[in-house]
Amino acid sequence: MNMSSADPTRQSRHVARLMLMLLLAPALLWLLGLIVLPHVELGMLSMRARVAPRVYEPSLAQFRTFFEEPLYWHTFMRTALMSIVATALTLLMAFPIAWTIAKLVRGHTKSMLFVMCLIPFWVSETVRTLGWMILLRESGVLPALLVWLGVTPAPVELLYHDATILVGLVYTSMLFMVIPLISALESLDDSLIEAAYDLGGNGWSILRQIVIPHAAPGIVAGCIVVFMLTLGNYLTPTLLGGKNSQWFTEQIYTQFITRFNWEQGAAFGFLLLALSTAIVWAGLKLSGQKFGEVMQRS
Amino acid sequence: MIASLPRPLWLRASTVVYGLAFFAFLFLPLVVVAVFAFNDAPYPAPPWRGFTLDWFVGHDGSGRTGLFADAAMLGSLWTSVVVACWVTILSVLVGTANAFLIERTQFRGKQALSLLMLAPLVIPGVILGISILAFASRIANLADDLWGLELEFLRPGLPLVVLGQFSYIVSIATLTITARLKRFDITLEEAAYNLGASRLAVLWTITLPYLKPALIGSAAISFLMSFENFNTTLMLVGSDSPLTVMMYGRMREGATPVLNAVSLLLMVASAVLALTMMRGNKPGTSNNTH
Repeated sequence: MNMSSADPTRQSRHVARLMLMLLLAPALLWLLGLIVLPHVELGMLSMRARVAPRVYEPSLAQFRTFFEEPLYWHTFMRTALMSIVATALTLLMAFPIAWTIAKLVRGHTKSMLFVMCLIPFWVSETVRTLGWMILLRESGVLPALLVWLGVTPAPVELLYHDATILVGLVYTSMLFMVIPLISALESLDDSLIEAAYDLGGNGWSILRQIVIPHAAPGIVAGCIVVFMLTLGNYLTPTLLGGKNSQWFTEQIYTQFITRFNWEQGAAFGFLLLALSTAIVWAGLKLSGQKFGEVMQRS
Repeated sequence: MIASLPRPLWLRASTVVYGLAFFAFLFLPLVVVAVFAFNDAPYPAPPWRGFTLDWFVGHDGSGRTGLFADAAMLGSLWTSVVVACWVTILSVLVGTANAFLIERTQFRGKQALSLLMLAPLVIPGVILGISILAFASRIANLADDLWGLELEFLRPGLPLVVLGQFSYIVSIATLTITARLKRFDITLEEAAYNLGASRLAVLWTITLPYLKPALIGSAAISFLMSFENFNTTLMLVGSDSPLTVMMYGRMREGATPVLNAVSLLLMVASAVLALTMMRGNKPGTSNNTH
């Protein structure tokens, strides 16, 4: 390097400082401009009320509306409950497959099964939801099959039920459960299970005392991500649930885009954010996991 | 139970049955989408009325507008491609800068900053969308009130869609690139400096080639995620809809098999992209899977 300057160490310190500034600038622009300040704005919006055209004053009216209007908090609780059920179902369905891939099959079959788990998630959620609509709607494939088999005399509408929404949600989030589970189970040493078996453990006790404690970080990571994605989902509940879906993101959309009531929508947004943060935090606390590590796993 | 232990027959049988049921569940929706793209009927529904390519190549005169004559659909496909390209470029550039920031620099508050970089991954997409919408229009209104400036790009439209998608996709790009940079052997760079290489030469001939798999991988992931993003996009979209939003609108009206045709096209395209990426990654050790 060209070292003609009088004080090379001072110069290199200047260079390092300049580098730091240059690297820091995009990160700060992104985090402040697109994450922090927008959320501050959302918070300010949610805590003001319009008293006259273009005149606002601080108020908690939007939050009061939320608690006084049964529709809103019913939808909120329903969204939370359905998301919990969907997360539990996803875990139950993903576990045997993750176990099979991590522990039972080897070599070529293993990588093939793994890739097969990934394939459906290369296409967009819109396409996957379209598939479910073709399968389940009254004129769709499954109702026609049921009639053909003689189970029902006439096609039944399988869309627009809570169970349909759950199927869609479980389907959409499956990948985010399977992958952390596989990586957690793969790190479990087979000899531990063999030893437990030799000592007289049966399938159930081994699962409860060895497998689940070992896989806990993966289980929690998967559950947190699935819960978060489900709670914030809009497409699947509105399309598969139709008018009865009553999903909270739908309320946010209605307030923001349809009614142009940004104050109310912002308050709803904050409530949803608070709920998802609280659950993620509780999940991390309960399992003793760290946020950064969980996110890297998933 | 694991493979090395004796398993009763019923357990082995139920593993196979469950595996088959699980993969049927996973693939059934995709299969029906693909099959009904070729059904000779105005709705993507049974019964099967014979094979047709109308939903791809049909033109206005035949009463069935196929995908390649559906200007609105093709337009939104193109919109998605343009948006995804911008999101990919921005995410990979900023993600690379972030990776160097996390791995190579020391400053106060770095720990907090790198945690904050992960936050967008746990904020529901709808909320990212509405907060950016609200903030952008606050700035646009301020500029209008104070200086009479009309900042059109801060109103709902494609620039905001790009920013909205970028705001969380860059987190994923950052994670991917940082993971690779962490494993880089710094003595390689030091050796090059000792041999008289300039900073730029070292970056260009040593560090970036090492990062290449992660850069390509994060570009592919960013592109796919942008392409299929719906929640954030829906809140920020203006008059030009990307494909997901357009498909959503059509699905609410009652879908024609044109949607199946475009879906099949997407499946094939993303499969090709993903397979090329996997093949390219095979010799390397990239650990990120989605």
